[in-house]
Amino acid sequence: MTRRPVAWSTPLTYALALAVAAVSIAPVVYVIIGGFRTTPQIAADPAGLPDPWVWDNYARVLTQSDFWKQALNSAVIALGTTVGVVVLGVCAAFVLARYTFRGREGLYTFFTLGLLFPSGAAILPLYLMLRDLTLINSYYAVILPQIAFSLPLTIVILRPFLSAVPRELEDAAAIDGAGRLGFLWRILLPLSRPALVTVGVLAFVASWNAFLLPLLVLGDADLHTLPLGVQNFSSQYTSDTAGILAFTSLAMLPALLFFTFAEKQIVGGLQGAVKG
Amino acid sequence: MTATNPTLSPAGDASAPPAGLRPSRRTSIRAVQTRRKWYEIVGLTLPAVIVYVMFVLVPMGFAVYYSLFRWRGIGPPTDYVGFDNYVLAFQDPIFLDALRNNAIIVVGSLLVQGPIALAVALLLNRRFRGRAVFRLLVFVPYVLAEVTAGIMWKLLLTDNGTVDALLRSLGLGSLVRAWLADLDVVIWTMLFVLTWKYVGFAIILLLAGLSNVPQELTEAAAIDGASWWQTQRHVMVPLLGPTIRIWMFLSMIGSLQAFEVIWVTSVPAVRSLGASATMATYMVDNGFFARLWGYGNAVAVILFVISFVAALLFQRFLLRRDIEGAVTGRVN
Repeated sequence: MTRRPVAWSTPLTYALALAVAAVSIAPVVYVIIGGFRTTPQIAADPAGLPDPWVWDNYARVLTQSDFWKQALNSAVIALGTTVGVVVLGVCAAFVLARYTFRGREGLYTFFTLGLLFPSGAAILPLYLMLRDLTLINSYYAVILPQIAFSLPLTIVILRPFLSAVPRELEDAAAIDGAGRLGFLWRILLPLSRPALVTVGVLAFVASWNAFLLPLLVLGDADLHTLPLGVQNFSSQYTSDTAGILAFTSLAMLPALLFFTFAEKQIVGGLQGAVKG
Repeated sequence: MTATNPTLSPAGDASAPPAGLRPSRRTSIRAVQTRRKWYEIVGLTLPAVIVYVMFVLVPMGFAVYYSLFRWRGIGPPTDYVGFDNYVLAFQDPIFLDALRNNAIIVVGSLLVQGPIALAVALLLNRRFRGRAVFRLLVFVPYVLAEVTAGIMWKLLLTDNGTVDALLRSLGLGSLVRAWLADLDVVIWTMLFVLTWKYVGFAIILLLAGLSNVPQELTEAAAIDGASWWQTQRHVMVPLLGPTIRIWMFLSMIGSLQAFEVIWVTSVPAVRSLGASATMATYMVDNGFFARLWGYGNAVAVILFVISFVAALLFQRFLLRRDIEGAVTGRVN
């Protein structure tokens, strides 16, 4: 690179980066700050700053609403989904990566077909089936379908990782007395930890943010997850703008924190998915 | 764990059989090995196959079956009506509006997000201070739950809300509309919110694709006297082709199923008039909430067929080379 283009482009780069970043987070910052105002303040000057800063909205949401219960429900469902996806995905991807048998590619194609199945379209019959299985209003009603719909991408991401480990390592493990499963547990899984973290994070975030499936199958308010809680709170207390802003901010917080820590894995996973 | 598969480890077995096995004994060991291998294959894949078949494939089959009945969801369906539900759907102007809205979202997302993301990614494909922070911030809208983002924008876009106040203070008060209530405007408002939510994803994806382009290529182009613009046009964009096509694919499938943002941002009355309805919101409104289960399932099948055919066509004509490893090719 010559010096000249860097010289003129740097200010432009910064200006552009700043503008794009500002558009991305301005609404989010507004919502968080808005939670520190009162509803009359907001009504009088929608775009103003808090004056004075009020903690009451946040305190109210944290102490009087169902926030904690819903956060717990979200956490249980997201964790269950993540564990299920990773365990089932690893087992299937392991077989597809390290066993040679008739029908292996057929089985792989069978799973990848799921990438083309829109989860939204299946929601009505899924509800009916879960109702017939009397799973409605239970964590399983959300966890099991979420596992199922996350499996194709998980297998597509994991399989190349698991088959990239050289054959020699497997032979060496066999000579040391490890069976194929011992090889999976002691060598393959530790080696493919980055990929496992990636699929885990993707499944967790998808589950944490899910709305349509919980909306249909979790009628019981005690089982509601945070996205349902945000929606209910905002339609129940329409006049309490400040309260809605505070509740929305608090609901965003876990996802934002989680994402700050796992950003590399999410982006890495997307890259992995792009490369196939 | 060590002894799970002794047949695989010759060293472990060496003590048991005498040297110089007779052929019959050798074949029986192989048979045991093969059987064991198949046990492992079946045992390890079966849970995934069951969950996948049961919750992904079977429901779509049931949808086809239910869609042939007039059925309120109580007891087994008995009132067989053939393809009437499908005919009804395509005669309902609201459903046709939903189809049109989905088309607007699909095409609008591609035409608006694509160029923005490409321009931003190309201009920012260089080292600068704070690049990591930038990536983090741009990705924030994508990581937020659709519902959260929807409620947020609903509050910002209410009449005389923040957006209106901002426009007025910028002297653009004449642009102010009833963003969420004006039947001619609301779908474009939805497109705006969706763009805000997903353009960061496109940028990050393209930046990731650009980071895979070897430095040597741009250097070689510079040595050959190519300007920055020529380098982007003739080197970077062609190399980004696969990433761009994958993004288009994901964007298209997502747009066809758009639900959450529209569901929470636009009021039900506006939705029920068709101004902001999509196939998915129409399906849930009619199937789940109005208890027209047979009809709702017919809409589900239509949504499914449209998405599936679009995905297959896209894959057949544009994506084949890019995901050969994933869907068609073999590993190793």
